Amino acid sequence: MDDILGAEVDEEGFLVNLGDWTREIAEQMAKDDDIVLAEEHWQVIDFLREYFDEYQIAPAVRVLTKAIGKKFGKEKGNSKYLYSLFPYGPGKQGCRFAGLPKPTGCI
Amino acid sequence: MSTKKFMYLNRKSSYGTVYAIESLEVVLIAAAFEQDVSLAFIDDGVFQIINDQNTDGIGMKNFSKTFHALGDYDINKLYVSRESLEERGLNEGDIMPLVYEDEDDDWKEKPSVRVISNAELSKIMSEQDVCLSF
Amino acid sequence: MLHTVNKSSFERNSLQSCVNTIDDSSVILLIEDGVISCTNNANLPMIASLAAEGRVYALQGDVDARGVSSKVADNIKLVDYAGFVDLVVEHGATVSWV
Repeated sequence: MDDILGAEVDEEGFLVNLGDWTREIAEQMAKDDDIVLAEEHWQVIDFLREYFDEYQIAPAVRVLTKAIGKKFGKEKGNSKYLYSLFPYGPGKQGCRFAGLPKPTGCI
Repeated sequence: MSTKKFMYLNRKSSYGTVYAIESLEVVLIAAAFEQDVSLAFIDDGVFQIINDQNTDGIGMKNFSKTFHALGDYDINKLYVSRESLEERGLNEGDIMPLVYEDEDDDWKEKPSVRVISNAELSKIMSEQDVCLSF
Repeated sequence: MLHTVNKSSFERNSLQSCVNTIDDSSVILLIEDGVISCTNNANLPMIASLAAEGRVYALQGDVDARGVSSKVADNIKLVDYAGFVDLVVEHGATVSWV
């Protein structure tokens, strides 16, 4: 069984128990992907966690893009910006760092 | 890609069987294809969007919260059968206040849910290209 | 006897069959989608007289999950899981109407 800082993850690296998430786990996951989490990453990660808490799902990329643009400014509301932060996809990689399940409809 | 009219017909309550959550998952996945989607709630399906669901006591995910996200996915046509509500001792006030932001009207919040008669629903169904029942 | 019913009376005839065959000392516990029958709904007459005799119960957790805790009909008694166990102990054999 794989784990990150003692928290169980599935074969794709997503946390098995959402409650295990800590900021340190997110940082470790990022480090394993050669990313150092900056303020811009945390904006998205925190947003994803809030969205999940409210709606019980991870948002589709198109929904995420629109919402980030609305909340943090138009220059951030596009997929180019989000992919620059999360090269493996804001949905897939972002949600993984945020401790959420893989987004619905994301392959 | 041409746009078709899809209706998802929800006939079961949320937690006794897996139909309700499966339907919602399909709706969310299909939303990515930007079709003209509407949802109908008839029979025990009306319980899916009733206020004040609290699943703490049964240890299941309260996915009634997810219906509030449908507006973000441009799904804003939710029809509820008045007859089904009445049979079950429920009324319009028992339904969650689901809304969407209207892009064509300065992002004003508007209600997504319409309580309609079975006769009206049958007319809307007849206008669909595809009708999927859960 | 204790009779548990876990299907909606709007979808299956489990509750009706149960009521048709129940004896005078038995009680009914509505669980899972069975609790859909515990409000003031069109099928309430099915169990109204039994409820008036204090012989109909509904499981609180399932009632809460379906958002109908404020709509439970008069005379239907709510029980938690511990109450469920008490009913089993008190009434001996259990029939599950599925």
